[in-house]
Amino acid sequence: MKAFVIATLALFSSCSVSAAQTDLIKQGQYLARAGDCVACHTAKGGKPFAGGLAMETPIGVIYSTNITPDKTGLGDYSFADFDKAVRHGVAKSGSTLYPAMPYPSYARVSETDMQALYAYFMNGVEPVAQANQDSDIPWPLSMRWPLAAWRWMFAPEVAGYQAPAGADPVISRGAYLVEGLGHCGACHTPRALTMQEKALSASQGTAFLSGSAPLEGWIAKSLRGDHKDGLGSWSEEQLVQFLKTGRSDRSAVFGGMSDVVVHSMQYMSEDDLNAIARYLKSLPAVDPKDQPHQYDKQVAEALWKGDDRQPGAAVYIDNCAACHRTDGHGYTRVFPALAGNPVVQTADATSLINIVLNGGTLPATHTAPSTFTMPAFAWRLSDQEVADVVSFIRGSWGNQGAPVKAGDVADLRK
Amino acid sequence: MATIMKKVDAVIVGFGWTGAIMAKELTEAGLHVVALERGPMQDTYPDGNYPQVIDELTYSVRKKLFQDISKETVTIRHSVNDIALPNRQLGAFLPGNGVGGAGLHWSGVHFRVDPIELRMRSHYEERYGKHFIPKDMTIQDFGVSYEELEPFFDYAEKVFGTSGQAWTVKGQLVGEGKGGNPYAPDRSSHFPLESQKNTYSAQLFQQAATAVGYKPYNLPSANTSGPYTNPYGAQMGPCNFCGFCSGYVCYMYSKASPNVNILPALRQVPNFELRPNSHVLKVNLDSSKRKATGVTYIDAQGREIEQPADLVILGAFQFHNVRLMLLSGIGKPYDPISGEGVVGKNFAYQNMATIKAYFDKDVHTNNFIGAGGNGVAVDDFNADNFDHGPHGFVGGSPMWVNQAGSRPIAGTSNPPGTPAWGSAWKRATADYYTHQVSMDAHGAHQSYRGNYLDLDPVYRDAYGLPLLRMTFDWQENDIKMNRFMVEKMGKIAEAMNPKAIVVLGKKVGEHFNTASYQTTHLNGGAIMGTDPKTSALNRYLQCWDVHNVFVPGASAFPQGLGYNPTGLVAALTYWSARAIREQYLKNPGPLVQA
Repeated sequence: MKAFVIATLALFSSCSVSAAQTDLIKQGQYLARAGDCVACHTAKGGKPFAGGLAMETPIGVIYSTNITPDKTGLGDYSFADFDKAVRHGVAKSGSTLYPAMPYPSYARVSETDMQALYAYFMNGVEPVAQANQDSDIPWPLSMRWPLAAWRWMFAPEVAGYQAPAGADPVISRGAYLVEGLGHCGACHTPRALTMQEKALSASQGTAFLSGSAPLEGWIAKSLRGDHKDGLGSWSEEQLVQFLKTGRSDRSAVFGGMSDVVVHSMQYMSEDDLNAIARYLKSLPAVDPKDQPHQYDKQVAEALWKGDDRQPGAAVYIDNCAACHRTDGHGYTRVFPALAGNPVVQTADATSLINIVLNGGTLPATHTAPSTFTMPAFAWRLSDQEVADVVSFIRGSWGNQGAPVKAGDVADLRK
Repeated sequence: MATIMKKVDAVIVGFGWTGAIMAKELTEAGLHVVALERGPMQDTYPDGNYPQVIDELTYSVRKKLFQDISKETVTIRHSVNDIALPNRQLGAFLPGNGVGGAGLHWSGVHFRVDPIELRMRSHYEERYGKHFIPKDMTIQDFGVSYEELEPFFDYAEKVFGTSGQAWTVKGQLVGEGKGGNPYAPDRSSHFPLESQKNTYSAQLFQQAATAVGYKPYNLPSANTSGPYTNPYGAQMGPCNFCGFCSGYVCYMYSKASPNVNILPALRQVPNFELRPNSHVLKVNLDSSKRKATGVTYIDAQGREIEQPADLVILGAFQFHNVRLMLLSGIGKPYDPISGEGVVGKNFAYQNMATIKAYFDKDVHTNNFIGAGGNGVAVDDFNADNFDHGPHGFVGGSPMWVNQAGSRPIAGTSNPPGTPAWGSAWKRATADYYTHQVSMDAHGAHQSYRGNYLDLDPVYRDAYGLPLLRMTFDWQENDIKMNRFMVEKMGKIAEAMNPKAIVVLGKKVGEHFNTASYQTTHLNGGAIMGTDPKTSALNRYLQCWDVHNVFVPGASAFPQGLGYNPTGLVAALTYWSARAIREQYLKNPGPLVQA
């Protein structure tokens, strides 16, 4: 009986490839995953890297481009052309890319890694003939020259990442990945009115990775050292677990981060995940008065005694407590804790309201294949009930999130 | 003309426990595996979505997860002298349908086996002599021992995330005073999870059983006592005793099922494909009739599809496995007159008795909570744990309180003499709903010459194929045993000092009633054994006649067990898979020479 063989890396190059070249291509594949290129450059249901994914911007819809080695994609790109696009934000045609392409972050990718990425995209990706789609942005906003001006103003100089003298090499590796290919700031750093990220690296101030405004119904939360709404309460080990499997003993991935875990982070080596975690844990808190979470048992004791008079308490018992429990601790690695969970205490409650309304499914990963689904409650709970239970969660067990209003919920109902 | 699919290494018919276990094992061995499930895709989400799944009308009453008998059912008669009629409403047993099969809607009582029940005929003949077993009782040995199966019981429990208390581990006493079962055979390791907590009614049973001199223990349960990650990386949540277990999809991910415990891992491998809505009509054989070439099935669009394969696993429900063998011409059909032939032989069931005890209002049993696998049991009258000599019957029975949750429609039970409707009924329901304890004797059932399965000569299914015909009735041995067990369990009930007791046992001359639920523990029809003249499968669940067809499931049991069958079904499937992986794939052919 024939054994089933799983190809780990298919080569699509017509010429023969040396062992060194194969290693370079493999390295490029790994880096492409670190950069999560596939997420934006693949349409829903489309071929990998063939582009066509619609992306909403404030001025209209743009479509990601074909980056397969077909002539409709990168087929005739030299390394210099490729590098110019990825790190400098300038297409082969000479026009400037929309900054939906995070070239300001990629500017710090090293030359060696660029060579590996180029080798992978030219030889390790299946060519797909699929013409790029023009944007739906109306004239005059469709003109590209202001993009060039934007680039001159906001994009950093292209220079491989330089670690500060005497820096912990693990933290430096983490910084290189987070600030560079990982382009974490694209979602997790707030943007100015002119749409540039307020900081592109840890050295540019506490705005870096301090959390964003809602994007597609979710907040990309702060990754800084704050206990209330950052990663202050997370250990390095929990972060590594979370990035690798989408879950830790007290938390579970949801919203936009799910795809990042599935397509990118679960493929990272243990060393790189450790580096990312240690680097993120090195970012100081934004709030100078930041304090660790203090668990308050009053709410749990009231619920144990059957006292559900507090607004939202009865809704919580009927809908949430089976999994997240009356003490807010959830169940290890299965149902996330709400007590002390930074995601439920963010200044903007969009994510919590959204997940109560629409539910969410914890995605399967290679090393943690189980999916857990939190049901949607939009059909069952009124705006006021959702607001009550969200406020209850944000203010119970020592949590410090501000209450929300029924109107906030109404705004998020689709 | 059937569409012919690309050949695969193995095709599996049915995706319940046995199909899922085989799929996992064979993909691990590198085979390309396709599983065909005749029902729809089902999973915790959306089918077990909270709170929609907490719906007794949809699930228990309208039988959402069970087989659709408008397309295919069985015909039933009590003896060869009767005319069998189609079963038009599920009652006595509830076969599953869809991905997960009965493994999605089961309760979760997860036993091993009492070792003597694997060598039933030899053991009884050795202890009680050649003439103790009645002449028409056709019990046999399985052909495999507990010691051989122990590693596979152990592994299955780790996959299922089973909660329980060991009595001995590698010969060391560990379970005394902690809820271990002194009659349980030795184990190589502890249960993966500690026992679930006991409900109050189970605690009452425990105290009463101890008072009358029995030895109570915690039921081993495939409902989790805490969060759990199994060897496949699949995770389970903790059981919260919601009371909606049997007949429902578990919304807490806490009842073991193929869907929760195995399918997530299979979804991660490229050499596995699950095709729901694929109804297999037959196994195709080559011209020699000694080798299968694949199966033919009807897909969701009603098209006839042929799936060629080197290996065919029949992993459907017990009687569907038997019917597929009969429809495909695998093995010689059993003839009850001559006693010859093997397919359809030794069809056996379960032999249940129930006692309900009603209490005053100061005894709060809170019957609305419960977990399907949870409870306290005694084995003092199970298997051959007592001397059968003076009693003149074969078989034993565990007894237990297994409070699985009394739901509002079916869960109302009142003391004898209460009117069945009106204000007196309402008053009694209000008085007794949370003040009663129900206990069962879950008796073993033996096989007999006259209880068997064959193809019905008259009735056909939606595809024009003959229905399976059950010829089945209770025998004198069954009634004797049932009455004995009622007497022994009655002592426990009395020791609880209830206000009233109701006994639901079998009466002399009683016939099999298709309308009243017993269990879904149907056994036999494609039994394993050591002799091709008296069994359809060898000890590795391989067909004697067609070496590339394996048939795991309770269809392989030569008679029914005192315990619930799923634990043995799972262990035998792992045992069979090991033989396929280590022996068959290297040298395809009969694993036992006839």
